[in-house]
Amino acid sequence: MSQTRIPIATTTLGSAANTVTFSSIAGTYTDLIVVCNGSVSNDTDEPRLRFNGDTGNNYSTTNLRGNGTSAQSNRYSSQTSILLENVFGWKNTNNNTAIWQIFNYSNSTTYKSVLGRNANPSASISSCAGLWRSTAAITSVSLYGVGSNFTVGSTFTLYGIKAA
Amino acid sequence: MANTKFSTSSINQGLVKSRSMLVGNDADISDFESISTVTVGSGGATYVTFSSIPATYTHLQVRATMLNASNLYSIKLRFNGDTATNYSAHQLAATGAIVISGAETSVDIGLIGIGAVNNASYTGAMVTDILDYANTNKYKTVRSFSGADGNGSGQVKFASVNWRSTSAVTSIFINADGSTFNQYTHFALYGIRTA
Repeated sequence: MSQTRIPIATTTLGSAANTVTFSSIAGTYTDLIVVCNGSVSNDTDEPRLRFNGDTGNNYSTTNLRGNGTSAQSNRYSSQTSILLENVFGWKNTNNNTAIWQIFNYSNSTTYKSVLGRNANPSASISSCAGLWRSTAAITSVSLYGVGSNFTVGSTFTLYGIKAA
Repeated sequence: MANTKFSTSSINQGLVKSRSMLVGNDADISDFESISTVTVGSGGATYVTFSSIPATYTHLQVRATMLNASNLYSIKLRFNGDTATNYSAHQLAATGAIVISGAETSVDIGLIGIGAVNNASYTGAMVTDILDYANTNKYKTVRSFSGADGNGSGQVKFASVNWRSTSAVTSIFINADGSTFNQYTHFALYGIRTA
């Protein structure tokens, strides 16, 4: 059998950047996985996700998060991005990790689902179910910080999962 | 602020910086293989099955995109056609307002996830790992991460299932607890090898 989990793109930031975009994503996979490992310049910020440059209010999430003391759940409807909420945001001194799984991203019939997990090792963990209300095939994925930059050394990797 | 943009035409150079992207495994990229895929047709389906699963992998993973005829129904699984009360499950779920934890013991099917919001376009998703599935010396463990959002409703769920059998898993049955998987629902089974 052939390899079905394929690294499509990867990078390590050599300079701070507010947005990282993977573009021209081929429609030849079944799912996508984005792994983001690093930190942001503002402690209260979290990485967010957008598709195809869509800045409309077409995103929503249901979140689960915990800080070592309590667990909470919040919902964010009609947002301009998918928010993988953390209790305290990413820390600029930590090696935080966020992983998004983007399902059936190239179909043009249904809206797109995302499962996300986020870890700030000194403060909290979180997860989310996200929805992008668009039937367009996803051809680009952008990660950005609302009011801060991803710091030097942050890594971003895009994988494709190919089903039989 | 600076922007960084990458095109897929300039990459795929084997510079993988992180592999820890699945439910927790760190399998080598080359050891993740597609075994079988089920896509539900226009008539819908009350269940999907994977059968004749070879024992040549270390772990299995099921990845699903679901559309459901009922709102946020449970997704459940059986192995090898076993309908006896040999399953137990635990879950941690979030509704957007509260967090729930629950357990089921000695049940005839294991809870692994949450289905979609009932809408023709809204999908739910699930990633389920079946660990050491071919081992005949121990019971089997399943861990699963699922969720669905409907822009005003939804749920996130983590689940674990124990199947009290030492049999190697050769078939997997998945249903929506009495609901239907609608057209375009997609289940894919993968095998994960380790050294």
